[in-house]
Formats: sequence, C-alpha cells, structure tokens
Amino acid sequence: METVKLTIDNKTVEVPKGTTVSKAARMLGIDIPLLCHMELHDLGIENKPAGCRICVVEVEGRRNLAPSCVTTCEEGMVVKTHTTRVLNARRTVMEFILSDHPKDCLICPKSGHCELQDMAKRLGIREIPGQEIAAMSTYRKDTSPSIIRDLDKCIMCRRCEMMCNEVQTVGALSAINRGFMSAVAPAFEQNLEYSPCTYCGQCVAVCPTGALTEVNHTPDVLRALADPSKTVVVQTAPAVRAALGEEFGLEPGTLVTGKMVAALRALGFDYVFDTDFAADLTIMEEGTELLDRLKRHLSGDKTARLPILTSCCPGWVNFFEYYYPDLKDVPSTAKSPQQMFGAVAKSYFAGKKGINRKDMVVVSVMPCLAKKYECQRGEFSVDGNPDVDYSISTRELAAFIKQANIDFNNLPEEEFDNPLGESTGAGVIFGTTGGVIEAAVRTAYELYTGKKLERLDFTELRGFEGVRSATVDFDGLKLNIGIAHGLGNARKLLDDVKSGKSQFHAIEIMACPGGCIGGGGQPLHHGKSEILKARAAAIYREDKNKPLRKSHENPFIIELYKEYLGEPNSEKAHHLLHTHYFERKKKIFVKP
Amino acid sequence: MSSIKIELRQEDISKIREICASFNNDEQELINVLHKCQEHFGYLPAEVQEVISDCMGVPTAKIYGVVTFYSFFTMTPKGKHPVSICMGTACYVRGAEKVLEEFKKELGIQVGQTTKDGKFSLSSLRCVGACGLAPVVLVGEKTYGRVAPDDVRNILKEYKDK
Repeated sequence: METVKLTIDNKTVEVPKGTTVSKAARMLGIDIPLLCHMELHDLGIENKPAGCRICVVEVEGRRNLAPSCVTTCEEGMVVKTHTTRVLNARRTVMEFILSDHPKDCLICPKSGHCELQDMAKRLGIREIPGQEIAAMSTYRKDTSPSIIRDLDKCIMCRRCEMMCNEVQTVGALSAINRGFMSAVAPAFEQNLEYSPCTYCGQCVAVCPTGALTEVNHTPDVLRALADPSKTVVVQTAPAVRAALGEEFGLEPGTLVTGKMVAALRALGFDYVFDTDFAADLTIMEEGTELLDRLKRHLSGDKTARLPILTSCCPGWVNFFEYYYPDLKDVPSTAKSPQQMFGAVAKSYFAGKKGINRKDMVVVSVMPCLAKKYECQRGEFSVDGNPDVDYSISTRELAAFIKQANIDFNNLPEEEFDNPLGESTGAGVIFGTTGGVIEAAVRTAYELYTGKKLERLDFTELRGFEGVRSATVDFDGLKLNIGIAHGLGNARKLLDDVKSGKSQFHAIEIMACPGGCIGGGGQPLHHGKSEILKARAAAIYREDKNKPLRKSHENPFIIELYKEYLGEPNSEKAHHLLHTHYFERKKKIFVKP
Repeated sequence: MSSIKIELRQEDISKIREICASFNNDEQELINVLHKCQEHFGYLPAEVQEVISDCMGVPTAKIYGVVTFYSFFTMTPKGKHPVSICMGTACYVRGAEKVLEEFKKELGIQVGQTTKDGKFSLSSLRCVGACGLAPVVLVGEKTYGRVAPDDVRNILKEYKDK
C-alpha cells in the first residue's frame, strides 16, 4: 500500500495514501473536533459535506485554513491543529452556527445527547456575539405520526439528507433554499406525512441536534397506567434489551432483560410480556407460508410467487408500498410481531382473563420509530380500538424509568409474565440483521424435512455486510436466501425481483442499517459502529443462553395454537395474524 | 397519504417527458431539464417537478432543492407584463434601487412575485447592455431608459387596461 508521511502538531505519522488529515491526527491521539462529519465505519456510511468548518486546521504553505475532514494527507505536509488562527476561526464558526440557534437547551428533547451542546462546551463558548442583529429562523414545526421536525434547530450538517438519500434511497428529505433560509425538507416544504418518508427514523438517529426527534407517547402511557379501569399490558422488542443499558451508563452490548422487566413492573404495568413471543408466532405463520409457497412453486403453480419477503419491519413495508407497489403480493402477509402481539393480547389473552378489549391498553417498547406509525394504521384496529395503543422507543422508556425514580442498575433481575412472555432464541435474534431469516430457517427446516436440526447457528446468515446471500440445504433442496439491511441495499435485491432476475427463495429485509439494533428509536450511536456490533453480539448471546431456540418448540406457542388458533395459516390465524398492503404513492392526475 | 392533484394536460406531460428524454433521463442533466421546462412553461410549478421526478427517477425533494437553490428558477408564474429592473453597476449607481423600491410599493409585491391579478411580476436582472440609458426598466419587450422613481406610476398606467 502506498503511504505518505506528514507532520501534525510536530509529530510525524505515516498513513495510507488517501487518508484524511482528521483521521491521521486521530492516529496520533490528536482529536480534531468534527461536527457535520459522521461515519459508521463498519457499515460503510459516511457523511462528509465539509459544511460546518469546525474541523479547520492550518497547513503550511496554504493560504486558507483547510477542513481536516476532507483534506487528504500529502507527502511532507506540515499541519497545525491548534494555532491561534485555527482556534479563533473555530470559535467564529461556532459562534455563527449558534447565532441563530434557539437557546432553549434546558427543555430541548435532545438535551444531554446534543452534539452541538457538547461542541459549545468543548470549545468553551461563553457568549454569542452579534445576537442582537442575527435573525432567528422561524420554521413551523412538522409533526408526523413518528417524527418531529423542528428546523429552527437544524445546523445544516446534512447527515439526515445523506441517510435518507444515499443510505436509505427514500428521497424524502433534501437541502432547500440558500443562506439563512436553507433547511432540509421534503419537496415543496410539505409535511413529512405527504412525502415518501418511511418513518425508519435513521434521520433522527444521526441528527446531532434537536432538529429531528421522535413523537413522545410516554404521557399517554402514564395516563393509562394511572387509570384504574385499564389493564395495561407491555411488550418489549428483542433489540431493546441489548441497548437500554447504554442509557444508564452500562457498556454497549450489556443485556438488561431482567432489569428491564423489573423496571416495567415497577412502572406499574399489569403484565410484562415479550414481543419475542410474537416473533416466535411470526415464524410459525411466515415459515408455514414460505413452505406452502415453496411447495406450490416447486410443483409448478405459477400463482405461488417467490421469493417470499419478510414483513416484520414497518419501515420496509412503507418503503415497498411507496416504491414497489406492483410487488405488493410478494412479501409475506404475516403481520409484524408488534401487531401480532397486539392482536393476540386483545383477543386470546383478554378473553382468557375476561377483560373487555376496550379496557385493555397495549403498549410496545420498540427500537423503532416506524412502529409508532404502524400501530396507528387503520387495518390494525377493531371498531376504532387499536391492537397496539402506544409505541414508545427505547430512549423514551429510559427517560420514563428515570422519571419514576427507579435505580435501574441496582434492580433485581425478574422474569416475563406468561403466557405471552415466553420466547425462544429464535424470537430474540429478530433484533438484528439476518435474525428473522435464521429463525425461519430453524423452524422451516424441521417442518419441511421432518428431521431434527443439528446445527442451530447459521453463521453464514450473520454479519454486517449490506447485502448477503447464502444457500441452506433442506435435505437435498437448496434454499437460496438473501438478506439486506438498509433500504438502499433492499432496493438492490428488489430491482432483481422486479425484473425477474432474482434467484432467491426467501429474502429478509430490515430498513435500518444493522437491523433493529440500529433502529431509529435506539440510544444514539453518535457514529460509533462498534456500539451496533456490541448490540448484535448481545442478541446472539441471549439466543445462545436460551434453553429453547426454535420457535415451534415454544410451549406457549403450541398452547396458543391448541387452545385458540388451530394451526398456522388457519382461517382464524389469517384473520388475526395476517394483513394486506396498499399502494402509497400518489398518482399523477391528468386534467381531462 | 393525501394526494397532490396534478392538473397538467396530457400534452404538457408529453412535453416534459420529451424534454427529459432529450437528456436521456440522466440525473446529471437535471439543471438543463429544468431550464428547458421553465422555458416551455414559463415557471416550474410543483406538478411539473413531480412529472420530472417520475421520468428521471430523481426524488421530488431533490428537484425542489435545486429549484429553490438557483434564483433563476421560479415556481410562480410570471405576470402578463413582466417588469424587470436592471441592477447592473451602471443602473445601480444611477439609482435603480430606488426605482425598484417604487415598483415594489406600487405593485405591493417583492422581487420574484406576481400580483394577485396576474398582471405584473417583478424581477431584477444584471445589465441589458444599454448602460447609456441607465437606469433601465423592461416591461415585457419594451425598454424604458433614464427611469426615475416618479416615472414608475406612469409606466404602470400604460398597462392598466392591456
């Protein structure tokens, strides 16, 4: 590899050609501040518009200061990162950014997690000159079912735009206007609700300030808990237990399942259940559907379309409803685990306990912002009563626990309630990319071959590569499996499906890079992809520690079918656990 | 999802498709496509941007971003009598700004806007090559030279009934 040698702050370093000055400096232990720049190294995601100019450095022989985030190292370069000129310029840049930024940090939803706040602190800003003449921007707030845009707090780092366009290829957000009027917005400055937005929340996950945040449903949950006439049931998604601890200062990748259950019980939930149970149920329905389609397809039935696509991820569902409406009969009709849980809780469980569904409130804790939209979809309600009443994010749950004076780190470990709290390892791995299809394979293999699966860890389906494929041997039948995480990667597989080139029998898609562990509702990663890796590892650890690791072995799933549903894909199961999809893209109307 | 009602005629859509196709629907040519469309329609309403988005596979948000970034592009239709005031150096030093202010006052609109009745629109431009006549005002095809703020009302009067 070709290298170059340069000097930064009087220290010499040799780096591969093409390395940026800021990265070379980091190798020397010099931490140049970066604001607009963000990188998720293991996922190949990088935002470098070189817009904020916080990272400027002095390069000998150059007239102007250079942005270190995009300036590449050259042989013999002499760089100074903290001369008076650099420090003054950096301060001026920060003062300009802050000049029209609201100063309501005390009550900002991002307070304590705001990178702008951190930067102001780091640079020791104590006053903002020129405020009396600076115009304050006054954008209206845009509240969608999942995401709030408060553009007065936007600093034009354009991370959200990069995520929305380059990574997710959703194209809901773009930089618009110029100068003071510049902002990131949907077309024609319409609300997000009328844009192609999938509510994946990746814009929120990378926003350094309070410009993009989630709709907070904690007050609604609190009200339900305080109402004695309501039975309040909570379900927790698999990825939450692998990340919640971070909000309480625990190492990324710490599993807090037992403490989370204890905290939810302390908050006053009547039943603490697990979405993992519904994930096992999803496998029963989706796995059966896969086998059914596969058998029909193999026997020459042209109506049985393959590949089957997973349907657990609401961001992904929104995506194909908008961009691939002609493929809407390809994904599995199985509802997502969140919605399966709600449907079962308000029918089977409510019936068992003799509770009227109107007196039951189902709350979900999700790593996801699209789940907020999903639970509000009209088809997931009975007579106006939703199957899942409120969906709160991992971050909202953490804040809720803190408000309730619960000393989370010192809680004892507690167990989920039954019957909807029991789950297998297969349900747990839904939380990371590749997990849903691995869980499906574990069950489908045994149902198809009638043989016991010897090897449970399908490592070939794991990993962080954006698009992966593997072939699994079903006793002679070679099952081709595709996996994509991140909607831009999904698009690659979908275009092949659309053109008929796809050789896959089944494809798993998750909207967020890394899967649910990297969801838009998770504790903020601030560009550290090792955090996402630690969460994924925790998920696989939890799976490994489970006594049961195949969905069809979950005793309460077996009981649910025996007592209530009959068998997978039965008429009753279809009514409760399956759904249909809609075309979401508006038509272009032509004047007659 | 609510729908934006696109009220373009079939021939308008065909025209936009034709323009996009003449640039091979290449995203890199977006600015040229927008130029051509503005040339044809006089402005770039949301509906036109939607069709361009559909043809070229570029998100509408991106197109809107480009349209709002470059001051040449406009989303408001020009008036029946477009008024342009030259703000080039020669015109500027001879008081074009005061003339522009007077037009804004008389018409009750800002630069880039069109009066409610659709009669007048206001824009500023840089040098029409008639510096000897500075300050210069154009109304449609007609040129007015050595315009003073006091002349503005009379100029507009000429078009009141046209």
